[in-house]
Amino acid sequence: MVARCSQQLVPYLLLLPAAAFLLVFFAYPMVEAFGLAFAGPGGAFTLDNVRRAVTDVAFTPALETTLLLILIIIPVQFVLALAMALLVQAKLKGASFFLYVYAIPLAISELAAGIVWFSIFTDRGFINSLLVSLGVLERPFLFLSFQNTGWLIFAVVMAESWRATSIIMVILVAGLQSISHEYLEAADVFGATPWQRTWHVTLPLLKPSLQVALILRTILAFQVFAVALAVAGRGITLLAAEAYRWYNTYRDPGVAAVYAAIILVLSIASTLIFLYALRTPKEQSL
Amino acid sequence: MKRFRTPTKLAALSVAFGLLLAACQMPPMPAAQQPPQVVEVTREVLVEVTPAPVNYGEVVWLSTQLRPVGEAERVRGVILRGFPGQVDFIPEDEGPFIDRIAAETQAGRGTVSLLGALHGNFSSMVTANQLMDLTELKGRLMDRGIPDEFWKLAQFGTDKTYYVPWMQATYTMVANKKALEYLPEGADMNALTYEQLLEWAKNMREATQENKLGIPAGEAALLHRFFQGFLLPAFTGGVVTTFASEDAEKAWQYMKELWEYVNPQALTYNFMQDHLLAEEVWVAWDHVARTKDALEQRPDDFVALPVPAGPKGRASMPVIAGLGIPVTAPNVEGAEALIEFLTRPDTQVTTLREVGFFPMVDVEFPGFVTPGIRAQGEVVLKQANAPDALAVLLPVGLGPKNGDFNKIFRDTFTAIVINNEDIAATLASQKDVLNALMKEVGAPCWAPDPDSNGLPCQAE
Repeated sequence: MVARCSQQLVPYLLLLPAAAFLLVFFAYPMVEAFGLAFAGPGGAFTLDNVRRAVTDVAFTPALETTLLLILIIIPVQFVLALAMALLVQAKLKGASFFLYVYAIPLAISELAAGIVWFSIFTDRGFINSLLVSLGVLERPFLFLSFQNTGWLIFAVVMAESWRATSIIMVILVAGLQSISHEYLEAADVFGATPWQRTWHVTLPLLKPSLQVALILRTILAFQVFAVALAVAGRGITLLAAEAYRWYNTYRDPGVAAVYAAIILVLSIASTLIFLYALRTPKEQSL
Repeated sequence: MKRFRTPTKLAALSVAFGLLLAACQMPPMPAAQQPPQVVEVTREVLVEVTPAPVNYGEVVWLSTQLRPVGEAERVRGVILRGFPGQVDFIPEDEGPFIDRIAAETQAGRGTVSLLGALHGNFSSMVTANQLMDLTELKGRLMDRGIPDEFWKLAQFGTDKTYYVPWMQATYTMVANKKALEYLPEGADMNALTYEQLLEWAKNMREATQENKLGIPAGEAALLHRFFQGFLLPAFTGGVVTTFASEDAEKAWQYMKELWEYVNPQALTYNFMQDHLLAEEVWVAWDHVARTKDALEQRPDDFVALPVPAGPKGRASMPVIAGLGIPVTAPNVEGAEALIEFLTRPDTQVTTLREVGFFPMVDVEFPGFVTPGIRAQGEVVLKQANAPDALAVLLPVGLGPKNGDFNKIFRDTFTAIVINNEDIAATLASQKDVLNALMKEVGAPCWAPDPDSNGLPCQAE
């Protein structure tokens, strides 16, 4: 009896350290920060911080730009990551070489990636030097001018896609490898084209991995910050950048906490949407 | 390893014996009073002195200054060399810096022994009683030749001294020599006006089809200082009181015109030296520590120039950094020794050579600093001693609201210059924010604003 009981406890004991870590270093600060957003000078409940955050000149542009970036970056990344994952999975000659190349950005920090892309786009940067020396351009084109927000967003999307697509690819490759060959062979027997096989067999079975990757990426995309700061400076602003500024530059933790709370709420909302939209009914799960 | 034991013991014994001997050495005899008209005889007495080794132990030094990686490395590797103790130099952003000391004070137990920060960073710590009174240390440092007005600033209007002035800096213009041929007719590059700067920028654009003027307006840029210490006082003669005056409207109108000729990537510019060296811009305004590399690496291509003058004078803002000791310092003796070390004339010269901050103490302008730094130093002097010079203090007494104060200038710039909003309306709405802020902290006016007799400084 006792042995049975301890047998049942083992998995929980194994989960305990990770759960404790998350509680202490994530859940507790999150609750505290949420409280800070609504705390006045004496700790009493107040909406002052919220009012200051929402009426600030930078609030609307920050919210709009953050959502716009997510709407552009996530689809671009998923199409790319899926193509990369299928390419790696296709067992072509040299597929492992592709895998290694794709994984390079995984090892690079956000800020470093931003600085790399800044030096690509700046007016004496790689692109401009190349185009000017080839005679395509007479003088450097200013990608990062504050007057053309479109190019600023484009540069941030490029940098962010380059930096964070490989993590999605890794998740998808893992998902692809867990798909049993019997399904694919059955599809071949029924005469499915490779395209049909991907669309009707691989993708539906990949749904759980897609869900995990989407949730992870979207939460992280709400926090995009260092890349945008390095590439676009003050040319565009984002929720996470405003949170940083209110805490660090303007020295107002309350308003910074409001921005953090907004990011938290948006992250939770998007997670719930993905959980619902990409749910896998029990009878379909492998 | 038995064989080595005896020699080791012997060595130890002989060292001990040597030390004993040294300790027993008679001090050199004082030279007897020479009666007059006696032929002088010089006698050489050989004295062996083994100084007692001093070690001040571990000193944790937290600093908002010298944060860039290159500067911090030079602090650790060069400036601190020769200090008898283990200094742990930790550069820290202003936010975490203030938080950390507040947390240590609350806990009543600290790890940080020495603070390096700007005058403005210290002011909030004075109100929160987080700093030790250094009056006694000041007495020991009186021979350093630190100017009285700096000591006075360090008192924050009390009878105590809260920091020791450490180093100073300011902001200048730096120009690529290619730009000099486009200077407007009859302009003296050492006495430019803002009107001439605008014309100069126009000339450069006509010649190159590019905007060759650079003003740092990125995330870590010091753009707010350009408005607080240079442009606005030069046009209005004040900072806070004249914030929404007609002169201020003229200044912002000028800024809008000037911005037409500023490189439009300026919102990504933090340190102008990088963009000067890349020749993206030919003329730039910035902090001396942030243009230093350009002048050092290519002294033949770049020149430093005094900042322009406006209708009310050649306004410029000196930056004053100081060294303080928190009340929770675990190693006060070490911190005091380190302050003594950092304010020595030779350490001050090393600091200038390595990181481009100018000495606080009276030093001979050293011959071995690079031509670039020397040029910068001469310009700083020219700027301060110009007949129309107007000194603007760093904001005083705003304490934790320093960031909010800077934000007002940044937001005004964004609204007027970037978003093209109405100047008068923007100034009117930001004036209310400014006045509310000044009331909240109760900060009286500072130069060049007229004295407000202890009342909070208000914009008219």
